Amino acid sequence: MSSWLPLLALLGVLALAYQLGQKRAVAAVGGPTCINNLHSLPGYYGLYTALWAGIPAILILALWSGFQDHLVVSLVKAELPASLTEGLSEGRLGLLVNDVKNLATGNIVSTDPSPEIQAAAAHYLQLRRIAGFALWGLVFALAGGGLALALKRIGPQLRARNGVEGTLMVVLIVFSSMAILTTLGIVLSVLFESLRFFQQVPWTEFFFGTEWSPQTAMRADQVGSTGAFGAVPLFAGTMLISLIAMLVAVPIGLMSAIYLSEYAPRTLRAWAKPMLEILAGIPTVVYGFFAALTVAPAIRGWGEALGLTVASESALAAGLVMGIMIIPFVSSLSDDVINAVPQAMRDGSYALGATQSETVRRVILPAALPGIVGGVLLAVSRAIGETMIVVMAAGMSARLTANPLDAVTTVTVQIVTLLTGDQEFDSPKTLAAFALGLTLFAVTLVLNVIALQIVRKYREQYE
Amino acid sequence: MNSPVVPPPTGDASGRRVIDHVNASLKRRHAAERRFRALGMAAVTLGLLFVAVLFIDIVAKGYTAFEQTYIQLPIAFDAEVIDPDGSRNAETLADADYMALIDNALMAEFPEVTERSDQFALSAIVSVGAPYQLQRMVLADPGLIGKTESVWLLADDLVDMFAKGRVDRRLPEDHRQLDDRTLGWLDALAAKGQLEKRFNTGFFTNGDSREPELAGIAGALAGSFYTLVLTLVFSFPIGVGAALYLQEFAPKNRWTDLIEVNINNLAAVPSIVFGLLGLAVFIGVFGVPRSTPLIGALVMTLMTLPTIIIASRAALTSVPPSIREAALGVGASPLQAQFHHVLPLAMPGMLTGAILGMARALGETAPLLMIGMIAFIVDVPHGFTDPSTVLPVQIYLWADSPERAFVERTSAAIMVLLAFLMLMNLTAVLLRRRFERRW
Repeated sequence: MSSWLPLLALLGVLALAYQLGQKRAVAAVGGPTCINNLHSLPGYYGLYTALWAGIPAILILALWSGFQDHLVVSLVKAELPASLTEGLSEGRLGLLVNDVKNLATGNIVSTDPSPEIQAAAAHYLQLRRIAGFALWGLVFALAGGGLALALKRIGPQLRARNGVEGTLMVVLIVFSSMAILTTLGIVLSVLFESLRFFQQVPWTEFFFGTEWSPQTAMRADQVGSTGAFGAVPLFAGTMLISLIAMLVAVPIGLMSAIYLSEYAPRTLRAWAKPMLEILAGIPTVVYGFFAALTVAPAIRGWGEALGLTVASESALAAGLVMGIMIIPFVSSLSDDVINAVPQAMRDGSYALGATQSETVRRVILPAALPGIVGGVLLAVSRAIGETMIVVMAAGMSARLTANPLDAVTTVTVQIVTLLTGDQEFDSPKTLAAFALGLTLFAVTLVLNVIALQIVRKYREQYE
Repeated sequence: MNSPVVPPPTGDASGRRVIDHVNASLKRRHAAERRFRALGMAAVTLGLLFVAVLFIDIVAKGYTAFEQTYIQLPIAFDAEVIDPDGSRNAETLADADYMALIDNALMAEFPEVTERSDQFALSAIVSVGAPYQLQRMVLADPGLIGKTESVWLLADDLVDMFAKGRVDRRLPEDHRQLDDRTLGWLDALAAKGQLEKRFNTGFFTNGDSREPELAGIAGALAGSFYTLVLTLVFSFPIGVGAALYLQEFAPKNRWTDLIEVNINNLAAVPSIVFGLLGLAVFIGVFGVPRSTPLIGALVMTLMTLPTIIIASRAALTSVPPSIREAALGVGASPLQAQFHHVLPLAMPGMLTGAILGMARALGETAPLLMIGMIAFIVDVPHGFTDPSTVLPVQIYLWADSPERAFVERTSAAIMVLLAFLMLMNLTAVLLRRRFERRW
């Protein structure tokens, strides 16, 4: 809460700057009756002043808050007595610093704090307080300086509007570069951690190994926790579940798109299409719940009635529900491409005496095929990246199997399991999640690029 | 399709005319036509059936969670137990053993229960939260001490399940979580009208809890609210700004092409990857506190930006060029033309896009698991930097809990989530209807 007050004060300074700038501009030409002599409208002079006061201050504020913690922590670390830090690994040191921080913020500490830790915590608090004062002092000095500078420059000849609009344009460009920054951020963060993973585990083992058990041993004599990072079972599981999903979604989605766009009466179409699209708006966690608590037990029950052994977290349940989720995706994309096929092609086919279904199968579908394939590829990328359904309804056991009644695990499930709960940032277990993330990102990216390219090409063909 | 009369044919080598071939195949072709049509019909029906099954299943599982069972007991607020010294100071009153009061009342109700293990089982029919209920009553009104009041106490979740008919009496005793003696006590209470279901206000006002009867969605709702507010504050200006630049000002060059491809791809990147980004960059590099609405909103902003940008660009394209030209013609600068004339006209479309983006963010779970929003948090958050969770994550956490009573609560939470989503989508549709203009 303490940081809200200075922030409000800063906003106050900006409002003041606006008023002062406007007044000063009007005064510079000799009163409100002569504002025709100004280059820009008075409001722009106000904005100009506010920008001068605000931008440097806010930039400093943002930078500082991003890096203050690092700075303070490294200062505190340097001050820790050598008896405490000696011989500690990077990870242990991190835990120690965490203890200090927790003590300082009044949280529960894992062990009884020693006097050194308490001193460090006090030091940490003090540094933070100093940093806070210094920051706000600097921010307000900058704001005041900018304000004064801008006021000094205001005169009838100052091209305030151009200045303001130039700044605004820069802001707009920065905003539109956010997409690039995001992609860059994703690639860099995932890539960086993955490289560290591949330093510890050879990439051949990761991509071709068939055993996955990421639990690394905490103690040397522990049994069964050697840590194996062969991701093939995960890829196989992901593909199995995606395949089941596509087997459900593509026929139902495609056929309902054909029916709704070619056969259905207008009123049915007007009702059924939005109803189907409800499926697309339902959060995935709801599907996960449905899969885990309704579909999986039902499939298990039916399977046992037929004398089959069905795992309680079968791939079939997860795949089936994922397929349901993807139906509207396939159907609305197919609907778009089917409607894009020119009416002349239909009329031509009818004129030759073809029935409606023959027209659909021999003329419309071949013409729409590239678009449909593009849509299906997008749907596949969706199925591969889907997380909640598989986390809740598919298992954890990495098994290499093609039996849909068995439990399998997927890439996304493993990312979630590896990264939730207690984590050490350096263990191969945590880093493996980033390697899986990189694989996932790369595969979906390729699928998306190809699919978008196909869809775009197809659109151009009929436009 | 009945073919019109074909002109007298000449016949082929075998003496059959073309029309004979056609007529011979017609039956088969029409059957194929009917099959195809039936297949299409079946697909649509199946799709609609899935929608219906999903909703019916969730409502059937969850509607009972809006009621909660209470047990009425005459509680003697015994001064000896609560405040033996008679000091009446708040600390003594808060620390008193209120469970003893409930035990006394239960023993008085069922004097025949004397076995120690039976007494334990008997006191388990009220919730572990019930003593706090009495504590609050006494703290609010110390005058109660020494009196006997009839109080409706929160029942345990198993009793709740029983009262809602979700415990099957016909099962053999060792297959049930409630044994025969407990069922006997409950029947006795029910016969005297001391077992009652009431509207479950606690579900909407409590934070999370390990005890199903005490667990509520208030904390998750508050967390979702703070996260969404911040997401909107971050993503709407950035999205509109980016759309404005890309649509109206950007030169056609490699850089803007790259941005366009990027935006389209980001819209299709799996959401969990955004969670990895948040973990590595926002938490790892910038040290944003984890488990807070702030970090959640940062990740959600990046996720919803493509949606908002694409919708905003569509809204901008629908504003006719004559508006811009007229503004430029009377001497407005390009930016003035945009901000004073084009933006206000495009705003409804942009708002619609923003609402749809927010609806997506409200339902999103996977990336939030990565950034620590699955912590078990009892307190209702009161700010953007309080540890909190969000509604979908709460659903995920409850779905994982073994207690049967959590199933209905999970379904009820899903119903609340779906209600909010429908409300947002409805708003978007209405907004579009109300303000959509054809030029």
